[in-house]
Amino acid sequence: MAIQGLPCALRLIGVMMMDSSDEFLATAAANGDRAAFAALVTRHYDRVFGLCWRLTGSRAEAEDLTQDICAALPSKLRGWRGEARFTTWLYRVVVNAAHDARRRNQTRGRAADGWGTWEIARQDAMSEDRAAMDWLAQSMQRLSSELRDTVALVLGEDLTQAEAAQVLGLSEGTVAWRMSEVKKRLRAMAAEEANL
Amino acid sequence: MTRDTDDLAQLKAALQRNPVSDPAAKRAALERAMAAFEKLEVPAQGSAQGLRPTPDRPKRAGFLSGVRSMFETLKLKPVLALSTSAAALFLGVAIFLPQGGFGPGLSDSSPIAAPDSAVIKEAPVLLAEPAPAPAPKPAAKRAPAEARARTEAVADNLRVERLVAPESEAAADDLGAFVLAEPMIAALDVPRAQVPASTEAFANAEANPVKVTANEPVSTFSVDVDTASYAIIRDALSGGSLPDPQSVRVEEMVNYFPYDYPAPDVGEGPFRPTVSVMPTPWNPGTRLVQIALQGRMPAVTERPALNLVFLIDTSGSMQDPNKLPLLKQSLGLMLSQLRPEDQVAIVAYAGSAGQVLPPTAAAERGTILAALDRLDAGGSTAGAEGLELAYKVAEGMGGKGEVSRILLATDGDFNVGIDDPEGLEAYVARKRDTGVYLSVLGFGRGNLDDAVMQSLAQNGNGTAAYIDTLQEARKVLVDQLTGALFPIADDVKIQVEWNPAMVAEYRLIGYETRALRREDFNNDAVDAGEIGAGHQVTAIYEVTAPGSPALLNDPLRYGTSDTTVAPQTQGPELGFLRLRYKAPDEDVSALIETPILAETPVTPDANFAAAIAGFGQLLRGSVYLNDWTYAQAIDLAVANRGDDPFGYRVEAVNLMRLAQSLSR
Repeated sequence: MAIQGLPCALRLIGVMMMDSSDEFLATAAANGDRAAFAALVTRHYDRVFGLCWRLTGSRAEAEDLTQDICAALPSKLRGWRGEARFTTWLYRVVVNAAHDARRRNQTRGRAADGWGTWEIARQDAMSEDRAAMDWLAQSMQRLSSELRDTVALVLGEDLTQAEAAQVLGLSEGTVAWRMSEVKKRLRAMAAEEANL
Repeated sequence: MTRDTDDLAQLKAALQRNPVSDPAAKRAALERAMAAFEKLEVPAQGSAQGLRPTPDRPKRAGFLSGVRSMFETLKLKPVLALSTSAAALFLGVAIFLPQGGFGPGLSDSSPIAAPDSAVIKEAPVLLAEPAPAPAPKPAAKRAPAEARARTEAVADNLRVERLVAPESEAAADDLGAFVLAEPMIAALDVPRAQVPASTEAFANAEANPVKVTANEPVSTFSVDVDTASYAIIRDALSGGSLPDPQSVRVEEMVNYFPYDYPAPDVGEGPFRPTVSVMPTPWNPGTRLVQIALQGRMPAVTERPALNLVFLIDTSGSMQDPNKLPLLKQSLGLMLSQLRPEDQVAIVAYAGSAGQVLPPTAAAERGTILAALDRLDAGGSTAGAEGLELAYKVAEGMGGKGEVSRILLATDGDFNVGIDDPEGLEAYVARKRDTGVYLSVLGFGRGNLDDAVMQSLAQNGNGTAAYIDTLQEARKVLVDQLTGALFPIADDVKIQVEWNPAMVAEYRLIGYETRALRREDFNNDAVDAGEIGAGHQVTAIYEVTAPGSPALLNDPLRYGTSDTTVAPQTQGPELGFLRLRYKAPDEDVSALIETPILAETPVTPDANFAAAIAGFGQLLRGSVYLNDWTYAQAIDLAVANRGDDPFGYRVEAVNLMRLAQSLSR
């Protein structure tokens, strides 16, 4: 690969950024590398937004929350030690931010806890399949916030139970137990519907 | 089965259909991110603010958040035991389980256990060299407490109709199902109903890690006579599901059972320590060291008059048969244990707090039972207000030399009107200095806020118990009433210094929520657990000898091979046990010291305690049990059932069998 002139070298750096691992970028960003930080946030915005949506059940809230997380990310990265996978670390940041938001909402006396404002959210033009989304909202509302967080990570983000446990700071056994609780609740819900 | 899979798959598919992010929102967010990045880069490397690498667990009291008191998760259990006959029963035996291994052998006379020579050899200095130490356990501190023995019992007119109503037991049994197999369906049929979406919060912390003696020779923790965790586990298992591992606190399970520990002699301190060492059932390369404390049981006739204030949650959520009705029956049972000169008052809280019964002599049973019977569930919970009133009533009842105690009975809905749980704790901690004790009785499942209850009881110098059946009520409120209501030692702290020549690694089993910092041991301002009349406390350590194949940590390549470790006694001492306690009403602690010797006989009690500790670790999914299973726990427990006059141990074996089936 011949490098001809500076502009090309810059482009090459850009390309390398695209290919670099999350962990490499995060470490570079933590050390003040602006380009690395930009690449990192751009790469993960959608992922963060997706998890925020799964945790809150509302598009508007998810957008706000994601923006707050992005804004706080530079200072959070100061605590990046490269000890975990970057996505695991990032999930933890998101979950913590969602908990903080939940708590703030509670003190403001708002109906706190996520997946509760579905009636507004469903007006959203997004849903081509309203019935499925209604079912989702109903199911999520019947789970406690702990169970919802677990479900968002395990089912929504496709983490293994061990990874979810790491993100939530729980033992794997607790995550497994929570998932079995979720199963039971879903089964019970189905049974209820069948009886109606 | 396929049904389950379908449900989960459906949920998964729906969850993954998340909305596409809005480009405008994305752009705005990215701009903010870059702006924040640049702003931060200007002042360069300061200490980052607001980093929270560890997850928060707002509801879980126990977790590491350094907040002082919260982490001793109490459970609600043996709070009140008063009575005479019960004396023997309820001795508080504190068995501390240190990390190393359980050593249940009890020596009678003074506590000294010597290690088996087989396992523990004279350790060559090299082997004793430190391996990397596992992470420190969280230190728990609490505010200073002085405890006084004056309780005022205010009993107004409670009335309980059937003191021992057989039907009620059935209802009570229904309470327990901690985790209903079919929560939704269950919610529909009345008796079993639990809150479908459980909002329970448990206090617990990560299991104690194995520590390397050379790095961290001293282990410090507070006693814990709570037993709520056992009742919660029983509830879950009886309901057909394995308990949430977070709800399992091993030390509370071990402390649930009465053991035959030697009582202090006349003229000795308020309790007597016994140490025993035994082979670890689940690991041939380690041994268990059990430290047991037996509290003195004062003669019943000498007990001071008691002032009790029942602070009763009558919020709407209490109307389940396993809550308020069970509570009324339980308190009714307890009345028979009071003496005529004792006083009882009742304060209810829900919506508005009110005094239901002014201070009334326990002799007027009819009046008290009638007041109890008038209690009705309804309204929301305003716990803080009720608590203030209860303290006011209790303070008004106190006389010289009397014991005043508030018994808070709730299902855990303690949050309306309290925007600040820490403020509530601080309030309780302040009130502790007035000499009024606070104990907590938990009822029902669903939104049991184990964490807050533990924290309240801990700060109030009381105990926390969970009552799921009338039988449990009898154990806590009748058999063990004396211990629950009459403190004999406050701020009891345990510190074990391990001898690196004999113990290379150790692990305290349980007591995760009771850890204290090493320096807090001598600091009388730091609060710790109380021991009531006749209480027993047991703690178990699993210890590994130097050179044992069971060692988990390798010696450090660059470790210091200096001899500073060795100057201690090279004798047969495994370690040195120090206990600190304050007599009720005292501000200055007394110290008890005794070496832990390697040779002690193994008693059936010690074996049974080890079986229970193993059972608890199985439920928690401990990684230290090798291939030890429920089957072996059952065998060990059955073989060491002993007298078991109340059937507690048989019950435990049955729970193990249930857990065994459920875990398959």
